[in-house]
Amino acid sequence: MATAHTTVPPAGLTWGPRALVRRLRSGDEIARLVTLVFALLTVVITAMLVYQLWILSALARHKFGWHFLVAQDWDPVFNKFGALPFVYGTLVTSAVGLFVAVPLGLGAAIFLAELAPRRFSDALTFLIDLLAAVPSVIYGLLGVFILVPLMRSEVQPALKHTLGFLPLFQGPAYGIGFLTAGLVLAIMIVPFIISVSREVLLAVPQDQREAALGLGATKWESTWKTVVPYARTGIMGSIFLALARALGETMAVTMVIGNNPRISASLLGPGYSIASVLANEFTEATGNLYLSALVELGLVLFLLTFVLNGLARLLILVTTQRGSGVG
Amino acid sequence: MTQTSARPAFSKLVPRVPATPETLVKSQPSASAAPGLRMQVRNMNFYYGKVQALHNINLNIATNRVTALIGPSGCGKSTLLRTLNRMYETVRNTRLEGEVLLDNEDILSQDVTRLRRRVGMVFQKPNPFPKSIFENVAYGLRINGLPANQTGRMADAVERSLVRAALWEEVKDQLHKSAYALSGGQQQRLCIARALAVDPEVLLLDEPCSALDPVNTAKVEELLFHLKENCTLVIVTHNMQQAARVSDSTAFVLTGEVIEFSPTPQLFTTPSDPRTEAYITGRFG
Amino acid sequence: MTERNLDAKLLWRKTTNLVMLSLTGLCALVAVSALFFILGYLVYHGGKDISWNFFTKLPTPVGESGGGMANAIVGSGKILFLAALIGVPIGLLGGVYLAEFGGSTVPFVVRYTADLLNGVPSIVIGIFAYTVAVMPVHHFSTLAGGLALGIMMIPIVLRSTEEYLHGVPSSMREAAMALGASKWRTISSVVLPAASRAIMSAVLLSLARVAGETAPLLFTAFGNRFWSPGWQQPTASLPVMIYTYAVGPYEDWHEQAWAAGLVLLSLVLLINILVRTIMSRGMSAQRSQ
Repeated sequence: MATAHTTVPPAGLTWGPRALVRRLRSGDEIARLVTLVFALLTVVITAMLVYQLWILSALARHKFGWHFLVAQDWDPVFNKFGALPFVYGTLVTSAVGLFVAVPLGLGAAIFLAELAPRRFSDALTFLIDLLAAVPSVIYGLLGVFILVPLMRSEVQPALKHTLGFLPLFQGPAYGIGFLTAGLVLAIMIVPFIISVSREVLLAVPQDQREAALGLGATKWESTWKTVVPYARTGIMGSIFLALARALGETMAVTMVIGNNPRISASLLGPGYSIASVLANEFTEATGNLYLSALVELGLVLFLLTFVLNGLARLLILVTTQRGSGVG
Repeated sequence: MTQTSARPAFSKLVPRVPATPETLVKSQPSASAAPGLRMQVRNMNFYYGKVQALHNINLNIATNRVTALIGPSGCGKSTLLRTLNRMYETVRNTRLEGEVLLDNEDILSQDVTRLRRRVGMVFQKPNPFPKSIFENVAYGLRINGLPANQTGRMADAVERSLVRAALWEEVKDQLHKSAYALSGGQQQRLCIARALAVDPEVLLLDEPCSALDPVNTAKVEELLFHLKENCTLVIVTHNMQQAARVSDSTAFVLTGEVIEFSPTPQLFTTPSDPRTEAYITGRFG
Repeated sequence: MTERNLDAKLLWRKTTNLVMLSLTGLCALVAVSALFFILGYLVYHGGKDISWNFFTKLPTPVGESGGGMANAIVGSGKILFLAALIGVPIGLLGGVYLAEFGGSTVPFVVRYTADLLNGVPSIVIGIFAYTVAVMPVHHFSTLAGGLALGIMMIPIVLRSTEEYLHGVPSSMREAAMALGASKWRTISSVVLPAASRAIMSAVLLSLARVAGETAPLLFTAFGNRFWSPGWQQPTASLPVMIYTYAVGPYEDWHEQAWAAGLVLLSLVLLINILVRTIMSRGMSAQRSQ
């Protein structure tokens, strides 16, 4: 420190070690700490969320163990709680949603990235982003009043007529049920698949397209056999993101799925999903075990989406890194 | 097909020292026997939107010869190359006027995928697909409809193409490794093999060596000599010495016009246009 | 590969090309028309029921016609105000830390948990808000609803603040530092103002996003047929009202649900359109400089 003193200019100037210390004490260090606290609040809140789900589901977890996930009965009156019908409903509606949304979304993304002129594509993407902003209760509203009657009177009879030999399309046409909920989910998640896939496709280097076209590939061949495989991982990521969203979607599904804890092979039958049983029964839960079982359902849903989101982000990360690394 | 066996042919045809007008005079390549014309460009004008990029181009591309396009960057030589297989169509708002003939047929009236199978292309930067080496070469055959069940024929065709591209010896034990595992020079030869697999009559090369080191550049140049035995080559290069080494005729392109088009030795020794002379003596570019 | 064989193949390939490319166009058309379809239906069904009363009157008892959703509109406003009060400071200051002060470990953990929180289904957020803000006091409240939506806003505001701060050129920071400004002065007087418009837009977008959320409000703000004074009582909100009325058995409820849906959607889309247009204009202006 003695040497430092010899080089420090007279006090009063606003630089030098001593001024630095003062500055740290007065402003910067405080600012750093304050913002750090707020940043950590995010972590604290998330940790609390997990902790609460874990603690409040303890009763049900201890009582039912892993059996909770495979038991089929849900009867609050007799304190019988099995999650299988809800897990089944969640998975089936999401699968139907993906089945419709993936080809639709990928097709639209290909059109927007590969065919449409850039300005036109940007305009359409703007509209599709707006579609993603539509609140889910609005989708539910349209589902209840437009889609359900349409399914009951037109689509489901037609399906039974043509594909009725499959167990998937048997039973009475209620209008509500797995299929209807899946279709609503499809429309809701399509915008996510489109915008992420379009970005990933646009990031494919132009020379890949030229290489394929230069060998005499048609536009479709260059797109389907070169561009799409190149962007494969990122597209998978977009699908996983969409799936995570579909699994957690509550209102639109609750309004059209039928709310009946049943496992039926037919997509026309009414069912139930994890999110919708939470929406319907959480406020009515009487008794600690009932509440605990519902919270455990929430925990299951949380873990499902947690794993899927993690996978999705990893896949997108891998694609973007490869795109920039090798390009 | 090792490097040593290729050397004599290479040195017989070109000076080993960097080409200067003097050395070129001494080693006249025999381009005298008039070959047929594989491609002809007649009175061609080309536009990007409203901007005219090429002005009244006339060019005859001789069969089984190497034609080089030289000129300063931005002069339109790559654009000219891309008109020969209609690759310019990947850019929107482009327009071509005039005629480009392949074997006396207008390429504009032909099916574009078939045209590009006949007129292959190798790009400035190696652009292998993120697939195996084998699949890269097989790609063109697959899309052109070689049935998947003829695995034997496919393997033969892939080997033949890799041999022609002088890559076979280096990769024959790792055909199913990713093409990205290859070095830059190997990747570029892989791209040449990929283009050769569909048996193009013409091969367009857009500055194929600009991303390569001298050793790999020499390998690719060697390769061109063998290729022209049964393929017509058009190469764009900004490297005059490369043009002098590898080509039979050279076109000097400046601001979208072909200023001079003559046999390579003549263009580099007795240019008829002062602008050509200015360029080859290094006054600009 | 004979020529004739190739000809047949080529015809097939060109047909496939045409068919598949048209199909992709059709897919895009379907996706985009879904938006107009939704908007059209809401205007058609909801437009006729929107009146002055809708915005000023309380809901009428079942069976009586007329009435409005004034309490739900005010309730939504109050909930969103609370949500912003929670989400904006945490997101904004946390984002400042990530972009300006962060080392390597803490930002990684924060980013990771923010992305995790962003992916948590909204109904699960609702459960969490219920356990911390409803269970201890044994009643639903505006406060609990605001907490649920506020938590949902945090990751959106946080990540976009960080992104936009990273977008501020470091030459600006260096210019301020070179004039002797402290780091905090630099951030508060140069960096934040430079990114303020983008951050404001992100906050508005996140508000628009949570404004339509229904699931987290079901067992936090609950619902109320009357005015909800203060912050401690259950309150009506537009999205929950739409849900309740849509699944209810009465015809005039359904009409009210359509009207409320139209109001909510218009609000959300309007904010989105405004913010995105302004943002994209700002972006292109910056690019052209």
